[in-house]
Amino acid sequence: MIRNPNRGRLAWFGNLGLSLSGWLVLAFLLLPILVVLPLSFSDSRYMSLPLGNFTLHWYEEFFGSAQWLGALFNSFAIAVASTVLAVVLGGLAALGLRHPAMPGKRLIEVLLIAPMIVPAVIVGVGMYFVFANAGLTRSYLGLILAHTTLAVPFVIVNVGSALGGLNQRLLWAAASMGATPWMTLRKVTLPLVSPGLISGGLFAFATSLDEVVVTLFLAGPDQRTLPREMFTTAREALSPVLLSAATIMVLFATLLLLVSRSLSKR
Amino acid sequence: MIAQDLRPLPKAAMNIESDASDPLADAPLLVRFEEVCKTYDERSWVVDNLHLDIRQGEFLSLLGPSGSGKTTTLMMLAGFDAPDRGRILMDGADISRLPAYRRDMGVVFQSYALFPHMSVAQNVAFPLNLRKVPAAETRERVREALALARLEGFEDRQPGQLSGGQQQRVALARALVYRPRMLLMDEPLGALDKALREHMQLELKAIHKQLGITFIYVTHDQDEAMTLSDRVAVFNEGRIAQIAAPQTLYNRPATRFVANFLGETNLLEGRVISNAGGFATLRLEEDGSLHHARCADTTLAAGDSAALAIRPENLRLASGDEPAVAARVIDSIFHGAHCRLRLHMAGGSELSMTYNPGSLGRPAPLPGEAVILGVPPQLAMILR
Repeated sequence: MIRNPNRGRLAWFGNLGLSLSGWLVLAFLLLPILVVLPLSFSDSRYMSLPLGNFTLHWYEEFFGSAQWLGALFNSFAIAVASTVLAVVLGGLAALGLRHPAMPGKRLIEVLLIAPMIVPAVIVGVGMYFVFANAGLTRSYLGLILAHTTLAVPFVIVNVGSALGGLNQRLLWAAASMGATPWMTLRKVTLPLVSPGLISGGLFAFATSLDEVVVTLFLAGPDQRTLPREMFTTAREALSPVLLSAATIMVLFATLLLLVSRSLSKR
Repeated sequence: MIAQDLRPLPKAAMNIESDASDPLADAPLLVRFEEVCKTYDERSWVVDNLHLDIRQGEFLSLLGPSGSGKTTTLMMLAGFDAPDRGRILMDGADISRLPAYRRDMGVVFQSYALFPHMSVAQNVAFPLNLRKVPAAETRERVREALALARLEGFEDRQPGQLSGGQQQRVALARALVYRPRMLLMDEPLGALDKALREHMQLELKAIHKQLGITFIYVTHDQDEAMTLSDRVAVFNEGRIAQIAAPQTLYNRPATRFVANFLGETNLLEGRVISNAGGFATLRLEEDGSLHHARCADTTLAAGDSAALAIRPENLRLASGDEPAVAARVIDSIFHGAHCRLRLHMAGGSELSMTYNPGSLGRPAPLPGEAVILGVPPQLAMILR
């Protein structure tokens, strides 16, 4: 909350303007998400306002459909696998980037973080060609690897900042007491950077869960993920089941956010 | 032969009292630095051709201004850094490249470096757990170490809940609990306030006496080094300017740097007339007066420029037949236990003199008064 130290009529207008613009920005950010929630309970055949009568029909359709449930399962399986891979690889990369004897740290870090900055379409096209040559398109492995690539930067950034806050003298102290580098990593470094690992992992999970662009390039008919299924439905059928699927994803995203908040507070 | 190089002064030239104040002179050698050099920027040596012998069981302070190489020396001894040239020997074996975790040394840092994710007891138990000490023995030894650091009852606290002094005690207990060969400390009391620092100094000294292991202590605080140490190594620009017992350093500084870094010294420039038998004669530039004083530097020859060094408390008002200088009082300052006079000589050289108000034996000189200051040959030094 910004507090205005001034008093008087002009200050009053200033406060009004500040809170109005604040709420406006908040509405702009949140309304598109929030509008989905009531619509998913409306019995109208079309995704439109005004709201119709309350129904759980679209949720019944979602949970009654092998295709939707399969997509949900695929999304989670791929997200879990790529998160595990991303946390292991990104964690190791972050450790390596902090090693004093590591040559070319800056360049390597930029290259590793690039997937976070390069537009997804470009990553998708590039991966399509590379993965096609390697026979990885139309496979779960290919999708997992692709999502891992996209998720690794989040782990590197989060673990990197956690490592940055780690006092070198703690590691020295451990070594002086007889801890080998491996014991120091296990007993000192890892416990102290675990918040970074966890928040990096949550980011990785969320990235994989809602990734659609690269998936569209790489996936075959079998690799249906939830965002891809929603994308197809939006283009072809435009069924309000889409809204129930969206609501479920919003719930998951909110849950992830709350978990990461409570973990970072500890 | 290196040990001989290290001796700052030839034995013959030293006073008896300096030998008496060095009870560890015959203690066995523990660590030796041989021609050790270290650079961080490839241009200047942070540690420059260092020779240093560390004796078993001594309390050795590495004293010097920041950037003098004392902390780098400690880091190389701990194994956090490796020398670029030279060797470090421990029990005669080269440990220059031995990793820190195989050196069996305890290290205490200024920033405490306690593990924030462990309680006090877990911190102290950490080195024992690494050594797979049985649980019952671990508990007993943690209790002993915390008792030694006077931290009973703090076992279950988190480091963040402790004051700076308490945290440093935990670090001390943790560094001693596994009975290392040496305890290395890098400005351990630097972050504490003055009263607590003085209190901790006494405790450190008592712990050293009780355990009898070798303590290496880095500090830039000369009082701290003097209070604690059996010997002090004064660092300047990557080299040891002098290493000796505190009394020797204070009473027989080998160089102007040491004379000025430990306490205050009046330095009067002049030219050597003669130098023999531990005494030299110097003619002051200021007034041409001749001064006979101790001189340990046998390389000083007639005609060399040198300085007459005398501590403010060793100057005397009025004189018999000893060498003297004339000066005028500029200012008189009352400090309680002693008084201080600021004086100017005719040529502009400044002098400082302290005296005990009760034992002056005459009325205190007033500003503007001309006085004669005696420079006792036994207490003055001639330094290059």
